[in-house]
Amino acid sequence: MSSQDESKGVAPRSRPRSKRLRAVWQSLETVTDPEIPVINIVEMGMINDVRLDEDHVIVDMTPTFAGCPALDFIRSEIRAAVSGFEKEVKVNVVFDPPWSTDRITEEARQKLKAFGLAPPTPASCEKGQEDMQHVPCPLCDSTHTSLESIFGPTLCRSIHYCHDCLQSFEHFKTIR
Amino acid sequence: MIATIDTLHDMEASLKSAVIDLLYRLADDAIIIGHRGSEWTGFAPILEEDIAFSSMAQDDMGHAQTFYQMLFELGEPDPDTNVFARKLDQWTCAGMVSISSQRDWAMSLVRKYFYDVAASIRLDALAEGALVPLAQLARKLRSEKKYHLMHGTMWIPRLGTGTRESHQLMQSAVDTLYPHALGMFEPTSADLLLEQAGVCPREDELRKRWQAEVENVLCGATLKVDADMSPVFGGRAGKHPKDLMALLDDMQLVYNLDPHAKW
Repeated sequence: MSSQDESKGVAPRSRPRSKRLRAVWQSLETVTDPEIPVINIVEMGMINDVRLDEDHVIVDMTPTFAGCPALDFIRSEIRAAVSGFEKEVKVNVVFDPPWSTDRITEEARQKLKAFGLAPPTPASCEKGQEDMQHVPCPLCDSTHTSLESIFGPTLCRSIHYCHDCLQSFEHFKTIR
Repeated sequence: MIATIDTLHDMEASLKSAVIDLLYRLADDAIIIGHRGSEWTGFAPILEEDIAFSSMAQDDMGHAQTFYQMLFELGEPDPDTNVFARKLDQWTCAGMVSISSQRDWAMSLVRKYFYDVAASIRLDALAEGALVPLAQLARKLRSEKKYHLMHGTMWIPRLGTGTRESHQLMQSAVDTLYPHALGMFEPTSADLLLEQAGVCPREDELRKRWQAEVENVLCGATLKVDADMSPVFGGRAGKHPKDLMALLDDMQLVYNLDPHAKW
């Protein structure tokens, strides 16, 4: 992964060197954020690094929102998921590089949309240009939509209304 | 060129205690404004604002937690002890966040906006600062703070230029809160050291940036600021409005029933 990608805040997906390390990453893919059950924490870009040493599996995770109430729950889920390697599990909470919605994989964005949650503005859009007033509707793709509320049922969501299919919908807010 | 400080343990004693002082102010402001925000859960004038104040409160408390955690790494008490066991005069939050808004939504909205501009300016400055772990954290937190600012900058003009009643309520909130808002920038003995080390600009400099931004938005909302108002200081030195005592009694009640309980 080039340094250019990293500067955009894309997850530094380390290439697992060993079979064991790959297995740890695969185990992490079984852990989901309970508030967004359709995508796993690796697809979410919440895992910054995984390392193995003599006695430990070390997982660096970065929180989506600092006040995310699911954080402790996710940490314990990570511990449980990688408990099968006969090593002590250490889960560090790190802020560098910080989590951003640009780290959510394209595949995961499609899953969010299928879940009925309008995905965050893609990284290719100019910074600061995200238009909260005309977020594309995840149900009919119309941009004839309006922002109802910046805050929604979870910290990461806002509430919108589609004037074409006459449905309200939620949007995963862009964080960068 | 100011040298960067790569870890929390690379600081000499005097700078370390200045950083601890700064972190307490950041953390205490955030947890108390968060608690004030949470008082609207279930009571806000419309459902969307109930959700907004509750969500913003959750963010602010989350931000406070990260600052308390950093304090813990610097050898201070753990976050729970700091929040639930500290006595009134040990708190360093600015008076503005302590004042009870008595379920006055205009007051709460204006206060939250004043705080959010100050918090954003601080986070922007810290993000460029020399203390690397704090700069990293600030970059993360400001990505969330922008939505709080968006909330305030949407509502302030809407109500300032709304009906005569909404304008009066907003003007009255600005008049009441502005001197306390200036008090968020109470100079402290840590200022000079933090500035010299490149961690954070002086409070006085931050206040100038805050006034420029806030007065611009208030002007657009047809709300006036009396230029002669002088700041109300005291919070940073542990002197608080009596409302804070009531808040602490409320917030610390359950913990104090059994401080050694395991949760």
